[in-house]
Amino acid sequence: MFNRDRWKEILEVLTSNWFRTVLTAFGVFWGIFILILLLSAGKGLENGIMQDFGDISTNTMFMWSRSTTKSYKGLPKGRSFLFKVEDVQSIRDNVPELKFISPRNQLGDFNGANNVVRGIKTGAYNVYGDYPEISKQDPMTMTSGRFLNYNDIKEKRKIAIIGEGVRAGLYDKDEEVLGSFIKIQGVNFMVVGTYKKKSNDGDGEEGQKQIFVPFTTFSQAFNRGNDVGWMAITANDGTSITSLKDKIMGVVKESHKVHPDDQRAVGHFDLYEQFQRVQSLFGALRFIAYFVGILVLLSGIIGVSNIMLIVVKERTKEIGIRRALGEDPWSIKLQILMESIFLTIISGMAGITLGALFIYGVNTLLDISGPVDMFVNPSVSLGVVVGALIILIFSGLLAGFIPAQSAIKVRPIDALRTE
Amino acid sequence: MIEIKDLHKSYKMGSNSLHVLKGLNFSIAEGELVAIMGSSGSGKSTLLNILGMLDEADSGTYDLDGVPIKNLNETKAAKYRNRFLGFIFQSFNLINYKSAMENVALPLYYQKVPRKEREEKALKYLAQVGLKEWAGHLPNELSGGQKQRVAIARALAAEPKVLMADEPTGALDSKTSYEVMDLIQKINDEGNTILVVTHEEDIAHMCKRIVHLKDGVIVEDKKVEQVRAAQYVK
Ligand SMILES: Nc1ncnc2c1ncn2[C@@H]1O[C@H](COP(=O)(O)OP(=O)(O)O)[C@@H](O)[C@H]1O
Ligand SMILES: [Mg+2]
Repeated sequence: MFNRDRWKEILEVLTSNWFRTVLTAFGVFWGIFILILLLSAGKGLENGIMQDFGDISTNTMFMWSRSTTKSYKGLPKGRSFLFKVEDVQSIRDNVPELKFISPRNQLGDFNGANNVVRGIKTGAYNVYGDYPEISKQDPMTMTSGRFLNYNDIKEKRKIAIIGEGVRAGLYDKDEEVLGSFIKIQGVNFMVVGTYKKKSNDGDGEEGQKQIFVPFTTFSQAFNRGNDVGWMAITANDGTSITSLKDKIMGVVKESHKVHPDDQRAVGHFDLYEQFQRVQSLFGALRFIAYFVGILVLLSGIIGVSNIMLIVVKERTKEIGIRRALGEDPWSIKLQILMESIFLTIISGMAGITLGALFIYGVNTLLDISGPVDMFVNPSVSLGVVVGALIILIFSGLLAGFIPAQSAIKVRPIDALRTE
Repeated sequence: MIEIKDLHKSYKMGSNSLHVLKGLNFSIAEGELVAIMGSSGSGKSTLLNILGMLDEADSGTYDLDGVPIKNLNETKAAKYRNRFLGFIFQSFNLINYKSAMENVALPLYYQKVPRKEREEKALKYLAQVGLKEWAGHLPNELSGGQKQRVAIARALAAEPKVLMADEPTGALDSKTSYEVMDLIQKINDEGNTILVVTHEEDIAHMCKRIVHLKDGVIVEDKKVEQVRAAQYVK
């Protein structure tokens, strides 16, 4: 199968009509090229959107209270209420499948007024009262010092962890941050850590401009009593938060005397559901890429098959001669199949190579021109390339099968008839 | 070497069938040079195709060197053709993108003879037909007579038991025809068994025996005084 004469002959046949060979090869080349481009574009989009999700634990929901829209147990509708610290424990008791329940309070918002002062510098930042678990739900990298712990909660320490963005706004470049004090709405906090985190909001700036203080300290310092602004709730791996959220909201509705069918009293955002939606979108994109790519490839294969049929027709007499001289029919079949596979693989490899070069070019361009929204590092995995090669070998076999069959169907005497 | 008994062959064409060979009997001994004569359409090629295992008879027996040739599948037929027979065709049937030497080496390739040995043998037989210097040329660079000599070298290369030539001079002018017949006679002189199909009297008389075919039956089978072709070749 791999002897020199066989290959010599394959090359002789394929090079005897260059123009036709190249035209034929182009079909397969184009199919693979399109497939690779579509897959990598899909990957680029996926990377871009996944980056927007950041490191955030995706099996998470956020929940906050609004006002009731149904009267219940003698209470009127339109009543507003707030979650309480006790709700955390009752959710934990009633829904055991949860990993983290973080009650949160918050000061400031995106375009808020300056609320943090340090010496003569001021800034507007989001300040959160949090439990230590929040760092597992919305992961961050400590760049110095430490994050919150339970002693901070218990002792209501006046400490703060600030983002690198806050540091840049309130400190000079080489200034020591740890141990220094900042004033949040008139209350002094000592900075014990700085962090950086992957963005979950596009450009990544906002994520670095947050300040975390112990939940209990926050409640006391800013007079929140037992109130909880909102909660970040993460389910155990293997259980989706989506399947638990009705149960969770049921618990808080019950304890706040909200009608069980009141859909609007408790607001929530289900990150998992969103994530799944995006995931299935990428699944669909990948499917489309494969579908279109393989269809184009298929037309290329049909082209190869057609040309091979013509080649076999043209070589009918030659095949007849070879069979009269005693070549095994199997050997002829193998020859045609190998020609077809060889042609398919060569043109496919060209398609893969050019596709890869193209992607490389796009990446270089992206690097030069700076990041593009929702499109990061388009690429194809090695798995896809290996898969494409397998598809190619299979395609070549498929393309050569009918011509090979027709090559040995002709009887030598018919092929050799002089007239 | 060759023995056929009561060989019949007909071609089906739609509803009616054409009875081409109507019960042929003969035997050919080793070293014979036999002409199969007859007018066009008398069934000469049909007979030769059956003897050459390119086609099968409807009934009757055929033994080649003591081996009954019967119910061969394509793979086996190919193998027998390759080992036992050498073909020479009217239209030469060289493979046009292969050089003279590669054409001659082809039957050896199918026998899986190693490349070097194959090339040596091919050159030897090319030399025997006087075309050693043309080994590297493609068929379309050769004259008709040269092509047929390459084809003869190719038929000899596998050292077959029988050479079969179907109108070997049919496409050649008379001078070249005689050159080719001269070569065939010389090969026969070395003891090779050869069958030559022809419809030309003078070519037939350059063989040692003439089997005359007419309307599918043998009307005459006689030994003749061989006319040497060499005398016409200058
Ligand atoms: N494959 C075939 N199908 C039908 N008829 C055929 C076929 N081959 C040959 N014949 C017919 O058989 C007869 C003998 O043909 P052939 O053996 O080629 O004669 P020759 O070689 O003596 O000229 C002719 O009439 C021819 O038309
Ligand atoms: Mg004939």
